[in-house]
Amino acid sequence: MSALVEVRDLVKHFPLTRGIVFQRKVGAVRAVDGVSFEIEQGETLGIVGETGCGKSTTARLIMRLLESTSGEIRFEGEDITHMKGAALKAVRREMQMIFQDPYSSLNPRKTIGSIIGEPFAIHRLNEGKGERRKAVQELMETVGLNPEHYNRYPHEFSGGQRQRIGVARALALKPKLLIADEPVSALDVSIQAQVLNLLRDLQSEFGLTVVFIAHDLSVVRHMCDRVAVMYLGKIVEIGGGDELYDFPRHPYTGALLSAVPVVDPSRHGEQRRLLSGDVPSPANPPSACRFHTRCPKAQPLCSTQEPPLEDKGSGTRVACHYPLTREEVAQIGVRSAP
Amino acid sequence: MSASEPLLRVEDLRVEFHTGDGVVHAVDGITYEVHAGQTLGIVGESGSGKSVASMTTLGLTRNQGASISGRILFEGRDLVACSDEELRSVRGKDIAMVFQDPLSSLHPFFKVGAQLIEAVRTHQDVSKAKARERAVELLNLVGIPDASRRVDEFPHEFSGGMRQRAMIAMALANEPKLLIADEPTTALDVTVQAQVLALLERLQRELGMAIVIITHDLGVVAELADDVAVMYAGRIVETTSAEVLFSKPEHPYTWGLLKSLPTLEGSRREALVPIQGAPPSLINRPSGCHFHPRCPYSQPEHERIDPKLEPIAGEPNHHVACLLDSETRKRLWAQLSAGDTPEQAQAALGEAGGRP
Repeated sequence: MSALVEVRDLVKHFPLTRGIVFQRKVGAVRAVDGVSFEIEQGETLGIVGETGCGKSTTARLIMRLLESTSGEIRFEGEDITHMKGAALKAVRREMQMIFQDPYSSLNPRKTIGSIIGEPFAIHRLNEGKGERRKAVQELMETVGLNPEHYNRYPHEFSGGQRQRIGVARALALKPKLLIADEPVSALDVSIQAQVLNLLRDLQSEFGLTVVFIAHDLSVVRHMCDRVAVMYLGKIVEIGGGDELYDFPRHPYTGALLSAVPVVDPSRHGEQRRLLSGDVPSPANPPSACRFHTRCPKAQPLCSTQEPPLEDKGSGTRVACHYPLTREEVAQIGVRSAP
Repeated sequence: MSASEPLLRVEDLRVEFHTGDGVVHAVDGITYEVHAGQTLGIVGESGSGKSVASMTTLGLTRNQGASISGRILFEGRDLVACSDEELRSVRGKDIAMVFQDPLSSLHPFFKVGAQLIEAVRTHQDVSKAKARERAVELLNLVGIPDASRRVDEFPHEFSGGMRQRAMIAMALANEPKLLIADEPTTALDVTVQAQVLALLERLQRELGMAIVIITHDLGVVAELADDVAVMYAGRIVETTSAEVLFSKPEHPYTWGLLKSLPTLEGSRREALVPIQGAPPSLINRPSGCHFHPRCPYSQPEHERIDPKLEPIAGEPNHHVACLLDSETRKRLWAQLSAGDTPEQAQAALGEAGGRP
């Protein structure tokens, strides 16, 4: 396997300004602050974290929907960080995105046919008479929509069906990379399972590489080969799904996994570790290890020296000076540990 | 369940909304009880009528276009028959509500403290200074740090979790006997959700109030509820204790919900079993059993017969509205929990049943 996408030291700061005419920069929201990872061909990489941890910004940077502050993004070995014009358009064809909210990501004035066919229009494909309609209807069938609904409008569809429309649009150009940003969080449980199954089937059918962003840790476990956990713009732990869920090493990963409510009343009342307080502001993140202000294991070292992301002998790479031990994982009631 | 009088008893409650498109049967004859100090979880998908049912308890659905029938007995008093005036003395005092979205349910122009003081002074004849003391005390109770300073801040200065805590503080202002929490943690991150759930549990222990928690998240119900009612298309289809619901569910819809949920322990190779189709419209509901178009075990006659919520033989606390007989349901669930798909389960049952 070779890496389809390589991300090196990616940084995105959104400037905070003051003044209306003469804007002065007074600070920056460090949305993504130096993340590095690879996405292997054909795998599913999950990115989890709480609101504001930078997971969606990372996705948008890879898609080049946002301009990075510094760092490097390589797609199939080629540096696309500052690519422009026709070259960028050609690369974008290879990567597509599915958005969270199926209500606001479809233009209400366009028919389903023209929404799904739009990527063809942009890239001037299937221009022959009736050819585009045929291609679109094939796509609709692939994602489980009735091809006869070609001329209907988005409001005539339910949330789950709309998300299928989003998937069909993303698949139109047969991309290599699919980025799904919270694709099921707006859906009901019974519909959520339909869309998750669809995504998995399509992934094997089209040989897609998928970046799956979600805050629901159970969904990520179900969908992903590898998982990256983000906190305040940094990756704190990354590794294979099984390793990470069985034996989380970073105290933040442990806290996340212990906070998930599980469908099993017999585990109710089990010891769990609750984090106190809120996530600090990304405009003014804590020094060194950003988790030290809420970390139950924090030592003086944690506020002065930033821990590197490295293997601590259990298969995942973790950025922590004092990673969790097996005993601690058992103690804090990590719901996924054996 | 104790044999004592329930705190809240809802009897055959029906809520219909007359709209331009037709009559929306939002709640269609539901009955449930909540006892003091207990937690009832109401689970269902969007449009199952779960929120409407509990908003009606507080008279929040009273409107020209709405017709409400049935009885809501709170400490023996029928809230459906109460005048608006009488309801106002109950609302926020004996029964309080926490809404889903803490940002849109707090007034952005007023300080959090002012909104808490209003909640206190609506029902208690106390001075402003006393009410303010109470507001600080409430914020302390729900675990907001530095409460005496925070009381003078505006909602936008609070984080999502803190706003939800402030909402809970406001609901607790008059020490209600019943707290209705409508999706209290849906808008929150997992770690904050765990904090808020732990808070609700602690407050219930300390203040002895009853809680009705409305949610679509089965995990939240498993954590918090003593009893659970599962709603589908305006009706309760199954109700029992949380323990039984998760270990021995008997309604195909409940099975569907449990089987379509990815779990933390689950392996990547296991496929989820979704419920086919989409929830029905509450204007044109399916005939017979409302779940039959999506039910993998439905029989032709289920299209005509409307099932009643009936107790299961031998389990007086476990009610199910399903036309399959209990024996079949138990065997189907045994197959399903062993990992069979609905089709396999049914096939296995057909073989077993066919044997002489």
